Amino acid sequence: MNPVDKRRRDFLGGAAAVAGAMIAPGVFLYDYAQAGSASSAPASGKVRWGMLIDTTKCATGCNDCVVACNTEHGLPPAASPTDAQWIRKVELKDLRTGAVRSAPVMCQHCAEPPCVDVCPTGASFKRADGIVLVDRHTCIGCRYCMMACPYNARSFVHEPTTGQKPDVPRGKGCVESCTLCVHKVDRGGTPSCVEACAAAGHEAILFGDLNDPASEISRRIREAATTQLRADLRTDNGVRYRGL
Amino acid sequence: MTAPTFLRPLLAAVLLLAGVAAGEVTRAAGPALDPARAGPCVEDPKLMRRLHMEFLKHDRDDTVRRGIRPVKHSLSACVDCHASAKDGRVLGSERHFCQGCHTYAAVKLDCFDCHAATARQPVTASAPTTGVRQ
Repeated sequence: MNPVDKRRRDFLGGAAAVAGAMIAPGVFLYDYAQAGSASSAPASGKVRWGMLIDTTKCATGCNDCVVACNTEHGLPPAASPTDAQWIRKVELKDLRTGAVRSAPVMCQHCAEPPCVDVCPTGASFKRADGIVLVDRHTCIGCRYCMMACPYNARSFVHEPTTGQKPDVPRGKGCVESCTLCVHKVDRGGTPSCVEACAAAGHEAILFGDLNDPASEISRRIREAATTQLRADLRTDNGVRYRGL
Repeated sequence: MTAPTFLRPLLAAVLLLAGVAAGEVTRAAGPALDPARAGPCVEDPKLMRRLHMEFLKHDRDDTVRRGIRPVKHSLSACVDCHASAKDGRVLGSERHFCQGCHTYAAVKLDCFDCHAATARQPVTASAPTTGVRQ
């Protein structure tokens, strides 16, 4: 390398360093502000969120998941059958054997959701990561999805709402259902019902990525027999049950 | 001094033109609002006054449909910064940020039929803020 090239290289290198120092603080601040606790990446199609509900661990009479759901989403306790309810406890009794099973039932987050098929406005949709949601900006409250859902998972909001949570907008005239606590999941959290069940010492609900073979939920559904509700409909539910 | 009657319109026009030239056209006073948190808005305030609804509409689809949470134009972030220090809300009286301006502009405000009008954390008028919030 001749001396001129060397000088030129040093000069350009120095200039680049100065430019970098000028740009870097701005970039750094922007990234820092963006970082927070959530990722700015969109929901990934490589992930499929799901839940495993172990009915052998779910306690009859325990309502903690329902209470946690209502608290998390600012839902008033369902006082009448037409009030919104995102998750409910169901008890099943086999009349021949007398065996009783208790389990929470909520939106099953189907891979082939009938509610999405029938929605006339496109308000019902499935996110890339398998979570089925209602976009209330587009929902016209026709309730066709409620009729299509085999799991009776959706509710219509009949009355004006108050006390909404900042992360969970909800209002009169729209259909709504379990969101799998999407606002928490997007920030790396787990749904409130799962946390409440664990806090009560039952650990009957497990949340995780069904597409990741190394995840706890994948391991459990691989090792023990589990069922999807109304598997004959071939909606391929993201929520699975053990012990039904 | 009184000008002859036939000259009065002419005089008025001259005075008006002089006023425009000197930038003396006065605007009506805007709505009196409780102060927002210190710190810059995510966009130029002039732009926000005209276009905040468009910004929100773009970014809401990113959040609802694609799960992108920390967007630049987030209604929750608007509320967090602009909530009144008295009660942490953007609605309630004509001194509250959203209601005050929408009443002044006579534009119906639908957002808070569904969205929370209360800041996520207690508001202090002098608290600094970052430009981009979740």
